[in-house]
Amino acid sequence: MRPAKRGFRRLSILLGMLVPLLLCGCERDMADQPKYEPLEAAAIFPNDQSARPLVEGTVARDAVLEPRPERSPLPMTEAVLKRGRERYDIYCSPCHGRTGDGEGMIPERGFPRPPSYHSDRLRNAPDSHYYDVITEGFGIMFSYANRVAPEDRWAIVAYIRALQLSQHATRDDVREAGLEDKLREAK
Amino acid sequence: MHRALRRIEAVNHRFWDFGPPLGSFSRKRGCALMGQIFRPRANSFARIALLALFLVILLPFGIGFALVRSPYLTGVDDVPRQPVPFSHQHHVSGLGIDCRYCHDSVEHAAFAGMPPTETCMTCHSQIWTDAAMLEPVRESWRTGKPLRWTRVYDLPDFVYFNHAVHVSHGIGCTTCHGPVGRMPLTRQATPLFMSWCLDCHRAPEKYVRPREHVFDPDWTPPRDQLVQGRQLVHEYGIRVGKLTDCSQCHR
Ligand code: HEC
Ligand code: HEC
Ligand code: HEC
Ligand code: HEC
Ligand code: HEC
Ligand code: HEC
Repeated sequence: MRPAKRGFRRLSILLGMLVPLLLCGCERDMADQPKYEPLEAAAIFPNDQSARPLVEGTVARDAVLEPRPERSPLPMTEAVLKRGRERYDIYCSPCHGRTGDGEGMIPERGFPRPPSYHSDRLRNAPDSHYYDVITEGFGIMFSYANRVAPEDRWAIVAYIRALQLSQHATRDDVREAGLEDKLREAK
Repeated sequence: MHRALRRIEAVNHRFWDFGPPLGSFSRKRGCALMGQIFRPRANSFARIALLALFLVILLPFGIGFALVRSPYLTGVDDVPRQPVPFSHQHHVSGLGIDCRYCHDSVEHAAFAGMPPTETCMTCHSQIWTDAAMLEPVRESWRTGKPLRWTRVYDLPDFVYFNHAVHVSHGIGCTTCHGPVGRMPLTRQATPLFMSWCLDCHRAPEKYVRPREHVFDPDWTPPRDQLVQGRQLVHEYGIRVGKLTDCSQCHR
């Protein structure tokens, strides 16, 4: 065999071995592994749901087992109010409005108007009433328990209390807070 | 004169060694003398031919790369079919609903969370109750069979991704998902290449924003993004050097 020919043969054998190796790169078996991603469909379960619903009566490991108190267990700090405002704006303001007067965006589009928080009845309702409404829903309002954690529910209650105060503030309240100048500016 | 010709010869010799050197004659005469096969024009042909060969070899690679990066294979701008023509534009820009009203685990879990039928029904039990396009939602509510949304974004399973980490370090939804709030139907805005992730992991200051704007669907970077970004990277304690370790994402 001529040397050139032998070289050529060696080269083609080498290439023949390399090309299949390179083609392995096209195999993407691991891109879809035999495991369920969150909420992926699974034919072996009822309703094709791989995410199994909780068994009735399940108690979360970190659940608070004492009955909920009548008054909010959280202190009225700025951090709590800030958290409450954030959660309120996400979950409640679409219907109840930013100020709690029930003039949210959704009622504007035909949803039944929720009551204003500034009525005497709701201003005198205990903290626990608000907590229970978030947990269990009220009339046509659905429960928000699956999206608002117990701690956040109390924070929302704190913020609603602040909203109620803000709508019934007197001149004396404003003077005490040292905000008279601001009030005059606003006028 | 003699020297100049010698130089031409040397040049010829170095570049196109097709035959014996021409000798110290002008090229035309050289042909006549030695029965030269190649005409001078052959030089240009040879160059063009070599270039063409080179291109022909490169072409498949070029096409390959272009294809892999094209929207056709990355799915960018794809609008998958959904059981209900849900519009983020309507609900986010029109009604001002926060992302977290529906994607409620995005702040504390790897998975952003998809709204269960119940979330739609908090409103649609009362409004648009006889719209035909909402029939699948009502049917799901009656029967308990979940709605089956088609995924828009899907990483391969060998990549680990976590929403909570990004959201808590000041990376906003629209940086990765585009202007969702202005999409009548959800489409994929980014390619999800590894290089795309790394572009940010190498220099997060280009994209990081103040935490209170993470969910803002209309946020645009300020003029001095790099300066503010660097400050935020420091403030949020982002571990820039570590973020390109393979084991961060392939675990
Ligand atoms: C989808 C719209 C909607 C959202 C969101 C919503 N609500 Fe309501 N809410 C209503 C409606 C409607 C009513 C009146 C229900 C009725 O009387 O049947 C109501 C009533 C209430 C009441 C009054 C109960 C009473 O005694 O009259 C409270 C308190 C309340 N909601 C708190 C909240 C809080 C807190 C949130 C946020 C976690 C929230 N709501 C979110 C629609 C909503
Ligand atoms: C009213 C509920 C609702 C709100 C509010 C909402 N989304 Fe969605 N989102 C959905 C539904 C339903 C889908 C699935 C249908 C689809 O892909 O269009 C979805 C899908 C998505 C997807 C694609 C998920 C995938 O890979 O399939 C992204 C990304 C997304 N939403 C981001 C956002 C962002 C960012 C916001 C806030 C600006 C937001 N969403 C607000 C309901 C909502
Ligand atoms: C907070 C209230 C609210 C929630 C939650 C909500 N919607 Fe809506 N939706 C509305 C309102 C209000 C309209 C009417 C929009 C308008 O009039 O501009 C609407 C309209 C629609 C429409 C028809 C109008 C259009 O062109 O998009 C569809 C379809 C729809 N919603 C699907 C859904 C689905 C699916 C979900 C659950 C993921 C959902 N909605 C959750 C309030 C809501
Ligand atoms: C750093 C980029 C990035 C940011 C920031 C981001 N996402 Fe995502 N999102 C992704 C990727 C990547 C996926 C695909 C995840 C997968 O396939 O496992 C995804 C998937 C989703 C999904 C589908 C469900 C899931 O988790 O797979 C939703 C819904 C979603 N994102 C909403 C949001 C919302 C809302 C925000 C803002 C709070 C947000 N994303 C911020 C990159 C991002
Ligand atoms: C726009 C910027 C940006 C993009 C795009 C981005 N990331 Fe990140 N990523 C970050 C930041 C900021 C952190 C937080 C770093 C820290 O914890 O110090 C992070 C952290 C992570 C972590 C670490 C989580 C942990 O538990 O420590 C993973 C995993 C990750 N990213 C995966 C991805 C993947 C996969 C993609 C592409 C699909 C991606 N990221 C795209 C900015 C980004
Ligand atoms: C920020 C997250 C991130 C980091 C860090 C990262 N990767 Fe990746 N990698 C990805 C993503 C996302 C993909 C999927 C890209 C796609 O689907 O196109 C990927 C894909 C790959 C693939 C392709 C697998 C295939 O079959 O297509 C290889 C190989 C890979 N990565 C190796 C590495 C190595 C080696 C390192 C360390 C130097 C690394 N990666 C670091 C996110 C990351």
